[in-house]
Amino acid sequence: MTTKTLTVARDLLATNKLAAAAIRAELRARGILGVNLLSSPGSGKTALLEALADRFRGRFNLAVIEGDIETERDAERIRAKGVPAWQITTGGACHLEARMIGQVLGRVPAAVDLLFIENVGNLVCPASYDLGEDLRLVLLSSPEGDDKPAKYPQAFLSADALVLTKSDLLPYLPFDPRRAAEEARRIKPGLRVFNVSALCGDGLEELAAYLVEALERLRSGHA
Amino acid sequence: MHELSLVASVFEVLEEEARKHGARRVVRVVLRVGVMSGVVPELLESAFETYKIGTIAETARLEIVPVPVRLRCPDCGGEAVREDADFSCAACGSRRVEIVEGRDLVVGTIELET
Repeated sequence: MTTKTLTVARDLLATNKLAAAAIRAELRARGILGVNLLSSPGSGKTALLEALADRFRGRFNLAVIEGDIETERDAERIRAKGVPAWQITTGGACHLEARMIGQVLGRVPAAVDLLFIENVGNLVCPASYDLGEDLRLVLLSSPEGDDKPAKYPQAFLSADALVLTKSDLLPYLPFDPRRAAEEARRIKPGLRVFNVSALCGDGLEELAAYLVEALERLRSGHA
Repeated sequence: MHELSLVASVFEVLEEEARKHGARRVVRVVLRVGVMSGVVPELLESAFETYKIGTIAETARLEIVPVPVRLRCPDCGGEAVREDADFSCAACGSRRVEIVEGRDLVVGTIELET
């Protein structure tokens, strides 16, 4: 009986990283901007997508992959806006993984410009999983409190932009959007921050312009 | 809270290596866990203890080595470990730092009995 010590140095997320790289390559080749939405449950991911569907109608084609533990509800809300949507029910899993996106990608129509992936509502686990997106938006709603970036640094560290949602509630809450932005930028310097209200439409124009810019960058090969 | 599925990936690695080296059992596993990997070491440990029953690693000892955040500064070229959640360069204060270590989850060393 002998023992043998091996240095294996195997990255446990390697399989996901490979699947994500393949998705990123396919989306770029097809000229589709992939956008991953991360937030805690109830911060307004689906409402933001509904509002963006209205704003982009007739100009850009959207498609949405919905991740939830159970139910088709979010996909139904998106379809009601005339946007194709596929629901991934994870059956308990706390995040989406790249291979789940890969299974849906073939069904995304050729004419799509922006593919949104609404991750499972969770500010912790989804941060560790690259889905092959080109942009990662982290949402933080005003009722959640402006102290969240420091408490959940991984999510904000991995973000390309921070979307502060439910700005229509600001008059009633102690939430300070400047403090939220400062806290997030302490973790991720230079982070773009948008203040939006899906309900009133405030700030949607700026966010839509940011997405269109990213799409144009991707299509000109400078992503 | 996806520690169990990560442990499942650990066992894929263990079974593959054991097969490759004709091992009878896995004696020791060292996991390098980045402090910013989003994983809780205690949960990883209990998931490992549950998962190992009936496998080639049933009697294996798990060692978790925390990997601190190491930052590299493109402005001054400095590289340093940060213990707190302050992502700025310790030498020049620049905030444009990149994280070079501390976000990954890696099966480092394994000890096999052949």
